[in-house]
Amino acid sequence: MKRNWMRVIDANCFSALVGFCLKVKFNKICHISLLIPCLISSGCSDTWNNPYPVSDSGKNILYNAFAERPKHLDPVQSYSSNEILFTAQIYQPPLQYHFLKRPLVLVPQTASKIPVVSYQDDNGVQLPSNSADTRVAYSVYKITIRPGILYQPHPAFAQDKHKHLLYHTLTRQDIQAVQKISDFEHAGTRELIADDFIYQIKRLAHPRLHSPIFGLMADYIVGLREYADTLRDQDKTQPPNSFLDLRKFPLAGVERIDDYTYHIRIKGKYPQFIYWLTMAFFAPVPWEADHFFSQPGMTEKNFTLDWHPVGTGPYMLTENNPNRIMVLERNPNFKGEYYPDEGMPEDMENGLLRDAGKALPFIDKIIFSREKESIPYWNKFLQGYYDASSIGSDSFDQAVQITGQGEAAITEEMEAQGIRLGTEVAPSTYYMGFNMLDPVVGGRTPEEKAAARKLRQAISIAVNYEEFLTIFANGRGIAAQGPIPPGIEGYHEGEAGINPVSYEWHNGEARRKSIKQAQALLAEAGYPGGISRKTGKPLVLYYDVTARSADDRSILDWMRMQFQKLNIQLVVRSTDYNRFQDKIRKGNAQIFEWGWNADYPDPENFLFLLYGPQRKVENSGENAANYDNAEYNRLFEQMKNMEHGPQRIQIIDRMVAILREDAPWLWGYHPKIFALYHAWYQNVKPNRMAYNTLKYYRIDPELRDQKRHEWNTPIVWPIGAGIVLLIIVLFPAWATYRRKEQRRILQSR
Amino acid sequence: MLNYIIRRLFYAIPILVGVNLITFALFFVVNTPDDMARMHLGTKHVTEEAIWKWKQEHGYNKPLLYNNAAYGIEKFTDTIFFEKSVSMFAFDFGRADDGRDIAHEIQSRMWPSLAIALPVFLLGLLVYITFALIMVFFRATYIDFWGIVLCVMLMSISSLFYIIAGQFLIGKLWHLVPISGYGSGLDTTRFLLLPIIVGVISSAGANTRWYRTLFMEEINKEYVRTARAKGLSENIVLFRHVLRNAMIPILTGAVVVIPLLFLGGLITESFFGIPGLGSYTIDAIQSQDFAVVRAMVFLGSLLYIAGLVLTDISYTLADPRVRLG
Repeated sequence: MKRNWMRVIDANCFSALVGFCLKVKFNKICHISLLIPCLISSGCSDTWNNPYPVSDSGKNILYNAFAERPKHLDPVQSYSSNEILFTAQIYQPPLQYHFLKRPLVLVPQTASKIPVVSYQDDNGVQLPSNSADTRVAYSVYKITIRPGILYQPHPAFAQDKHKHLLYHTLTRQDIQAVQKISDFEHAGTRELIADDFIYQIKRLAHPRLHSPIFGLMADYIVGLREYADTLRDQDKTQPPNSFLDLRKFPLAGVERIDDYTYHIRIKGKYPQFIYWLTMAFFAPVPWEADHFFSQPGMTEKNFTLDWHPVGTGPYMLTENNPNRIMVLERNPNFKGEYYPDEGMPEDMENGLLRDAGKALPFIDKIIFSREKESIPYWNKFLQGYYDASSIGSDSFDQAVQITGQGEAAITEEMEAQGIRLGTEVAPSTYYMGFNMLDPVVGGRTPEEKAAARKLRQAISIAVNYEEFLTIFANGRGIAAQGPIPPGIEGYHEGEAGINPVSYEWHNGEARRKSIKQAQALLAEAGYPGGISRKTGKPLVLYYDVTARSADDRSILDWMRMQFQKLNIQLVVRSTDYNRFQDKIRKGNAQIFEWGWNADYPDPENFLFLLYGPQRKVENSGENAANYDNAEYNRLFEQMKNMEHGPQRIQIIDRMVAILREDAPWLWGYHPKIFALYHAWYQNVKPNRMAYNTLKYYRIDPELRDQKRHEWNTPIVWPIGAGIVLLIIVLFPAWATYRRKEQRRILQSR
Repeated sequence: MLNYIIRRLFYAIPILVGVNLITFALFFVVNTPDDMARMHLGTKHVTEEAIWKWKQEHGYNKPLLYNNAAYGIEKFTDTIFFEKSVSMFAFDFGRADDGRDIAHEIQSRMWPSLAIALPVFLLGLLVYITFALIMVFFRATYIDFWGIVLCVMLMSISSLFYIIAGQFLIGKLWHLVPISGYGSGLDTTRFLLLPIIVGVISSAGANTRWYRTLFMEEINKEYVRTARAKGLSENIVLFRHVLRNAMIPILTGAVVVIPLLFLGGLITESFFGIPGLGSYTIDAIQSQDFAVVRAMVFLGSLLYIAGLVLTDISYTLADPRVRLG
């Protein structure tokens, strides 16, 4: 009897509880249960998943993400794109690329005008500008900077009332109490002068800094290599990590003319040098900052110029915690730069000239949060917590659809959220190289070389990069016709630009030659049907790649299939990147894949990758294919020193024709970068060469706040449902327990 | 007991030397100092001179283990292994390849790791033991059966799935907590909720089954029968007697991991954007930063040894019959 009563109660309780939850008090229960997370969520805002403090709502802040922590923020060392992303906003080299004009145009940044180049002979006598290259011993770049540019506020510049630097005689004890740079009570500034540019050029040779371009620049800047030796000798006489005052040691290749003018003297002619003046390697660094950070105790606190940059740019780094967050804030001393008032014809209709003539920058603060994984990054972008996003393979179909005309367009779902798509072909080339030192694909005797060329040409036809891009890159890229990517002088559109070895022009478009033509070339190479005429054995080639994940296996299978079209067996030799590099250095690879991102928008930066004296095995250069063609080398030497113009293009065309015929690379593809931008993110024009573009961007914080609220209203019913479910599961157990206990008590009585 | 602890600590020295030697050998079999220099200097315009300078600056220009050019004891001491290892025993971890002080990084990063690992550990222990006891209480009933089925299901799913599913459901779909990130002060709490929930659930299957097995072994012993014969209720039998007698194996598994909580979780920290020591280690491995890898392995070994000593001590507290000598 008792047992039945319990069951009735159990059932009644259960139904009553469910009814209670579902009918009247459900929402209240849910809200009460959520009181705790609500309380701890920042200030009880109505968007609980907002990763930023509520106090930042409505502020003019750009939210960005970074995946890899930057290693260096010292402008003499930073070279990777994830480092330049920061240094380009803080440091200001003399020149920059025009934000809107295409092809890219150089414009002054801290310079007052584009530097004037003059030429000198061996005796230092000035030569006319049209002098023959052989007569030119030195090129002198005269750089004049704008007066009135100020550094960001920093304790390194702080002065007392007697104009003495306040924080330049600190002891370890003084620094012990300091936790961050802003803990210093005073900050100061000073005007930018020519000496600061000279100081930075000297830092390229600093024995304790490892500038990645020192080797290259030592070949050009007069006296830089000898200067490095001088500094190294001096450094040995000093206590470790003490301040090495570069001002005391003159460098022959740089000369101060006055406070706002300096000269850089380089050996011979090197017209591409001017592009280096857009990079932070040539941005000004004040000696005060170098001295400030070299004081005892600073390094132990991680206070170094490498981590706390001091510049004149539109932004300054106010929080540097590369494990979690990096914050750039508007430099209050920045002035004198304005949004461009001219651009390309389409810029007007795209609204990119709305801010013409307005003072830069527009955004007050930029918060970079570390997101190592793509899934949370993508989801937070969709929630409006990042203002822009790249598109990973996983999310491509969600974001982009390919139209009937083969054009990429944003999906309706994204469009409904007001998201825009921006695309741009990167100034990069991903290629498959043949090692020309290899007897099979390179050849040794003239006959072997001719046969190997046919073999390479046959493979060039067989490996279908259009198909590769469709299958593995969602069409994000264009098949390359040569080493030069779009947007760089020497690249041609249409029929004039096709590679006649692999393509033919048909009905107004480039069409890959048939596999029969490739097979014919293979037969001419001595491998009819993929069988060696000499040995009667199948042709086996070896493809060296860096260690691949399981996901990449399909790419390698696809590559084997491409070679299989010619009945060539492709053996994949996968190794880690270190061993791979070692093989390339020693010339032990046969076929390999590699890529190149441009340093500057000049064809020389791509064509030198196949210049004979740059051969990797013999000269440790960048020519990984070890390609060496006398005519090509001669033309390269002629071209590299020429001014832009039709004559130069003519030579470049001839060089590219030689390369296409010789086919030392499978030309691979030029990747296309896809990026998504929210509606509130304005003035965006992709530029893969310039990184200092954040100053041009604009945010509409009100629209962003409105959308964030719209998209992120908390859904609380699952918590209530979870509680109910738990009760449903536990209630019978509790009832059974009660029954057991009752039974035990009854039995004991 | 003090003698025992001191003796154990001395035993730790050869273990640490051994671990250090193995780490060193494994690391340098894969990466030569030249590889490390190239990794650090980048892929463009890297000259042999730059590589040589980098190695000299970072002390990698010496022989690895044996210096044939040196004399006497310097044949062993003037090597990369000796110079990089000795300082570790003085807790001088040196600098990472990016110039940052490793000890400073460890100090600042261990707290975020602990902020997740400690609640997951404590809450997990509570939940797993409670559920295991419930299953034992209802042994041989449908609750026990379905409990085991649920545990096996939970065990069969990859921990990555819990992370992605948790972020998708709780963060993305229901908008209840931030998907990833980390705050400062009290604001941190809302970033910790999701990783803690995911952490507890992802280990629930294996741990609950393990504790259930321990309790099932105890439940049929004579002292339990005696307790029941005395008329004690089942929950008192379970929570007061069975739980206490099963403490030794529980402590063996639980106490040893307490010091390791500082080291954080590799995948969890990566996905939730937690700036802890787990993600620090992963970063160091990816960037071939030997100084950091060596420091983290050394620290891990040290903490593991500390955990073992703590486990031994905890036995004496749980079972008065245990004596350390």
